[in-house]
Amino acid sequence: MDHDAVNDQMRTLAPQVLGVLVRRGADFATAEDAVQEALIEAVRHWPDDPPDDPKAWLLRVAGRKLIDAQRSEATRRRREERVHDEPPPGPTEQSDDTLLLLSRCCHPALSPASAIALTLRAVGGLTTAQIARAFLVPEATMAQRISRAKRTISGQRFDRPGDARAVLHVLYLIFNEGFTGEISLADEAIRLTRQLAASAPSAPAGPGRPDGADPEISGLLALMLLHHARRAARYTASGELVPLDEQDRSRWDTAMIREGVEVLQDALAQDRLGQYQVQAAIAALHDDAPTAGETDWPQILEWYDELAGLTDNPVVALNRAVAVGQVDGPRAGLAALAEIDPGLSRWDAVAAHLHERADDAAAAIDHYTAAADRATSSAERTHLIKQAARLRAAR
Amino acid sequence: MAKYLLLKHYRRGGPEWVPGTDVPMDQWSPEEITEHIDYMRRFADKLTESGEFVGEGALSPEGTFVRYDGEGRPPVTDGPFAETKDLIAGWMIIDVESQERAYEAAAELSAAPGKGGRPIYEWLEVRPFLGEDLTISE
Repeated sequence: MDHDAVNDQMRTLAPQVLGVLVRRGADFATAEDAVQEALIEAVRHWPDDPPDDPKAWLLRVAGRKLIDAQRSEATRRRREERVHDEPPPGPTEQSDDTLLLLSRCCHPALSPASAIALTLRAVGGLTTAQIARAFLVPEATMAQRISRAKRTISGQRFDRPGDARAVLHVLYLIFNEGFTGEISLADEAIRLTRQLAASAPSAPAGPGRPDGADPEISGLLALMLLHHARRAARYTASGELVPLDEQDRSRWDTAMIREGVEVLQDALAQDRLGQYQVQAAIAALHDDAPTAGETDWPQILEWYDELAGLTDNPVVALNRAVAVGQVDGPRAGLAALAEIDPGLSRWDAVAAHLHERADDAAAAIDHYTAAADRATSSAERTHLIKQAARLRAAR
Repeated sequence: MAKYLLLKHYRRGGPEWVPGTDVPMDQWSPEEITEHIDYMRRFADKLTESGEFVGEGALSPEGTFVRYDGEGRPPVTDGPFAETKDLIAGWMIIDVESQERAYEAAAELSAAPGKGGRPIYEWLEVRPFLGEDLTISE
């Protein structure tokens, strides 16, 4: 068995094994440590001596580690006669532990950064070092972030999945981190969301889930696929940002777009709209246009109106102003923009774009320059400076 | 999470100092210096424990200006300049949940003990890093 194959297999099995232990009633934090230790043993033994049933192997070793941990804990507390036995027998069928584990990792008591780190390790099966590199922090810092997160949520028995919404938010944030270094967090987020979508039909009904699965899970998966499909066209070879209307659409991943649209249609058919479904619908309309000029802006504007009713995220209003500008002309777009707080960081970028379309180059240059100073990423900053430079050169 | 650079400046330039706190380190007692250094080390340890520490470094006060001088020619150097308005003494990078938290950490660093064990009320410059581009923006 080669190293990559071992790695892939372990990353798939780790959350399954953790799920079994947690379902049997083991403490989440202790069980997570036990699984990590079992994985370390697996890395040592599997390449030379692959087990017949890798999952059973991991479960056995992790179970033993768990007992060891409970023993030393018990010794420490001088409570020798405490339960050293294996976790109580429970269901070993766990095709759908994903939501259970994810809702544990995305517990509302955790900060987003802690939830992201814990999710990537406990469910994503990444090592602490890999997660640290992805977020450009030292491994010791990431290790502390993870162990603090585990302390925050430890001690509580946990055998029922929580609300999927908190989980979806964390997966959305992971996706938005994009790609840094060896791990593509976008791919990771898609993998986890797929896993969640596959397990969701058996999730119990609850508020917002009258008949089980929340269509927002599919909505989020569709949103990710419909954006990820454009990744090859988003940057130039030197890393400069290419705006949507200038992207080479032949480089978009049409198979991924098709899949995204299908997943979205299934979600919309359930007639329980949510913000991820609406954002996915907007992305789908962009993806569907053969050229930027053929984009169905009136329909996009309708979806933005819908979205404004579902979320109070002020960025939605900014994007809506862009859509108004496309449908009713740049003057109407500027009028919509005038209603929005200019304190928002992308406000100047939208103003610049609308002024340019209204043939007011002087105002556009000023706003592009101001927008560059307020950019939050270097790619965006360079892009905005170039827009100002382009207009200046044309005068 | 967002990364911030906390910049320590040598005591030139920057906003005005709280009266009585502007005593250069070479006028402290050796014990006061040790206490100051300990505080800085504990501060970095605490940030590691809270999962917020990224890195730190100290810089020599004397630097040299260097520039290109045309094809085939050696680099031109200038300085050092003793009276430069602004000199950076050291830096620390933190990765925190909010700007508010970055300010809170900077304020804690600024409270490091100095002469007489009293906080030095040092001005720290806090600069956000430009981050990665977000995937979803439309």
